[in-house]
Amino acid sequence: MKLFADLIRDLDSTNKTTSKVAALVEYFIAAPDKDKVWAIAILSHRRPPRPVNTTLIRSWAAELAAIPLWLFEESYHIVGDLAETIALVIPSSQNKSDNSLFQFVEEIILLKSWPDKEKKEYLIENWTNLSYYERFVFTKLITGSFRIGISQKLMTRALSKATGIEEDLLAYRLMGNWDPSTTSFHNLIIKQRESDFISKPYPFYLAYPLEGEVEDLGSVSDWFVEHKWDGIRAQIIVRDQEVFVWSRGEELVTDKYPEFHSLPGIVPDGTVMDGEILAFSNGAIGSFNDLQTRIGRKTISTNLLKKTPVVLKVYDLLEWKGEDIRKLPLMDRRQLLERLLTLERMNELPIHLSETSQLCNWEEVAAERSKAREYRSEGLMIKNKNSPYRVGRKKGDWWKWKVDPLSIDAVLTYAMRGHGRRTNLFTDYTFALWDKDAEELVTFAKAYSGLTDAEFRKVDAWIKRNTLERFGPVRSVTPQLVFEIAFEGVALSKRHKSGVATRFPRIVRWRQDKKVDEANSLEDLKMMISIPQSQHE
Amino acid sequence: METPLLIFNENGIYCQEADVYLDPWHPVDRAIITHGHADHSRYGNKEYITHKNNVPIIKHRLGDILVHGKEYNEKFVVNNVTFSLHPAGHIIGSSQVRVEHKGEVWVFSGDYKLEDDGISTPFEPVKCHTFITECTFGIPPFKWMPQGEVFKDINQWWANNREEGKTSVLFGYSLGKAQRLLKYLDTSIGEIYTHGAIENMTEVLRNQAQFPPTTLITRDTKKKDLLGNIVLAPPSAHGSTWIRKMVPFVTASASGWMAFRGARRRRAIDKGFVLSDHCDWEELLTAIKSTGAEKIIATHGYTEIFSRYLRAQGYDARTEETQFEGEVDEVHIEKKEKEEL
Repeated sequence: MKLFADLIRDLDSTNKTTSKVAALVEYFIAAPDKDKVWAIAILSHRRPPRPVNTTLIRSWAAELAAIPLWLFEESYHIVGDLAETIALVIPSSQNKSDNSLFQFVEEIILLKSWPDKEKKEYLIENWTNLSYYERFVFTKLITGSFRIGISQKLMTRALSKATGIEEDLLAYRLMGNWDPSTTSFHNLIIKQRESDFISKPYPFYLAYPLEGEVEDLGSVSDWFVEHKWDGIRAQIIVRDQEVFVWSRGEELVTDKYPEFHSLPGIVPDGTVMDGEILAFSNGAIGSFNDLQTRIGRKTISTNLLKKTPVVLKVYDLLEWKGEDIRKLPLMDRRQLLERLLTLERMNELPIHLSETSQLCNWEEVAAERSKAREYRSEGLMIKNKNSPYRVGRKKGDWWKWKVDPLSIDAVLTYAMRGHGRRTNLFTDYTFALWDKDAEELVTFAKAYSGLTDAEFRKVDAWIKRNTLERFGPVRSVTPQLVFEIAFEGVALSKRHKSGVATRFPRIVRWRQDKKVDEANSLEDLKMMISIPQSQHE
Repeated sequence: METPLLIFNENGIYCQEADVYLDPWHPVDRAIITHGHADHSRYGNKEYITHKNNVPIIKHRLGDILVHGKEYNEKFVVNNVTFSLHPAGHIIGSSQVRVEHKGEVWVFSGDYKLEDDGISTPFEPVKCHTFITECTFGIPPFKWMPQGEVFKDINQWWANNREEGKTSVLFGYSLGKAQRLLKYLDTSIGEIYTHGAIENMTEVLRNQAQFPPTTLITRDTKKKDLLGNIVLAPPSAHGSTWIRKMVPFVTASASGWMAFRGARRRRAIDKGFVLSDHCDWEELLTAIKSTGAEKIIATHGYTEIFSRYLRAQGYDARTEETQFEGEVDEVHIEKKEKEEL
């Protein structure tokens, strides 16, 4: 554990990427293989299942720190991270544990099945005997994900430096569903495989937002233009008569989408498609809000399946007849994709081609983009016809050209302290719009981003001076400050008090020029809801 | 009802019987000042009374003012009210103010800490009926290590940076923190350079305490002179053009707020050293207990949480709004710092 805790301490002691990578490289060289597998798993957010519920953890920590639970909770709201709070309030020890990271993780996995009394003993023993950073890491393993400013990309880069294996190859090997408790470092990282696992997806190729003017891309005939669908980016794999659905978060979500379970037998083995999962019923694409009812459900009821069916809007083919075709030019891949869709019985499947628009000049492209909301798309994708399918976010070949966001002026009504680097600052805000009939403010969105650090500090100071009431970590404030809130879309919603749900709300600017009664109304927002055209495929 | 000995009005903490203010935030005729930080000693008062060691500090900051210096424990009477100053251990010349009238004793702590920093006169508890306390770090996650350990870490960090051929830039508030850091930097590692605000303030304090030699950074200072050495700078210098000249450098901040990982990340500082001139949670509780006071008034910091805890412990505790109020953060310190510059 000491090695891993030291690594976290070192990563914590620098704000520079190069130093972080250097610390990781050093760790990957020095640590035992069994630890390394877990370190990789943890840094790529594959933590062991939570063995103890956090209510119990909090009460035990408060007890050990000899403070009342409410004081522990208040402290937690201020610190902003449970493991950090626990590491801070429990008296420090000079001891260091000799147990390695993997031994701790194995214990934590077993812990889940123990009775509460023994769980408590185990936690208290370790909290008491570990040093500050070890205690922090230990508690993190138990409570939550390791967000410490290390992206998977950064970790892969370090791993590449430590092992001499190419980054892209490592990214591929680290994808998917491997289990750190049964996978050895050698098998995961070092060993070359012929087939690897049949479920393995390819790393997604991600587009960059368009920079500069669209005309600068040159001749429009060099580019495919299609709509940018607003769903879940997914790769669907059919190999060995099995189907696997992967979301962009490298999450295997096959079980959540039974619609695709009928693919094997129709889609030939050795096929990998890239596209967007969308809600689709009565011949029209649903809103992201509709799709939301499918995300996060582990079991899908027949009712839900009937009410909100999904399709794959497919736009790329990465593997064909068992062969990795990512290096082929996009136009060739599309040709194969179109051929795939004409195969027998393919029309029975919920797979729709994402059509490319036939456009003669950039003016027509711009005009197509302005129709995005009618199509329920986020804008356009502009892809070079000769582009290979690359790994990760790369500039040059694929551009996204989103529609300008909608925006509205809203009133700040509630604030909560932030997390991570915004710990102890009020940076998480709730906004409201006027209900004209009732002459009251109705909450419609939360937003966390969009202001500069300096602006956040100003608003934070204002919030502290203008608090009306406190509810745990949340404060209501005098309705006075007006902010412009931008969002990608708006739809009717029964789950929201306001009756509408906005997509990706964020703060554009602080409207210091506007008084509270000049903020927009809920009616103004509802006017923005556009009814999509019905589309028949 | 009789007026309390000290009240909190729009100008500051006021003793009506004596017509004297303690650390007023608006100009008044007569002010007793606990210490030299900008939010406790402001411009415009007709007459200042403070500890003699604080006199050069506030004269440096406020210019030509009418100020009387007092010794610790020296009693002075204003309109039948007896006042005396007692060591607060916060920075050089910092005091608590004891106020006595007709057998009733109040103590206003100003800012204070219990650990002997080797520079300021260590905190002495003063028996009283009512204790007015700050609680900047008045929640349990704040727990300081002995300063010896912190300085060991700081010197180790400096030595490592030197080995890597980098300049160490250490941020600390120019009055108090900077001198405390300076005092314990290991000059066998390298030379100590300073930002103007720190150099000037240290100069004022050199005849009150021993500090290692420092070199002021000027236009003529060469980048290579700084390599491997350490630069002491006020927090407001972070991200300034002044500091960009020092590349390659590594930054660190020494503050109680560095106990939080998020506070450090938010400021984009490489390394945080947890070092404060305020009490941590346990020290606050110890200090309050040692005064024997039954009534506690919490002024700035996590006042509501802190006084709620004290009430549960059986104290008659409440909070009062002051202009040192607000959940004091490094933002606040930056503000102080800017006024200082």
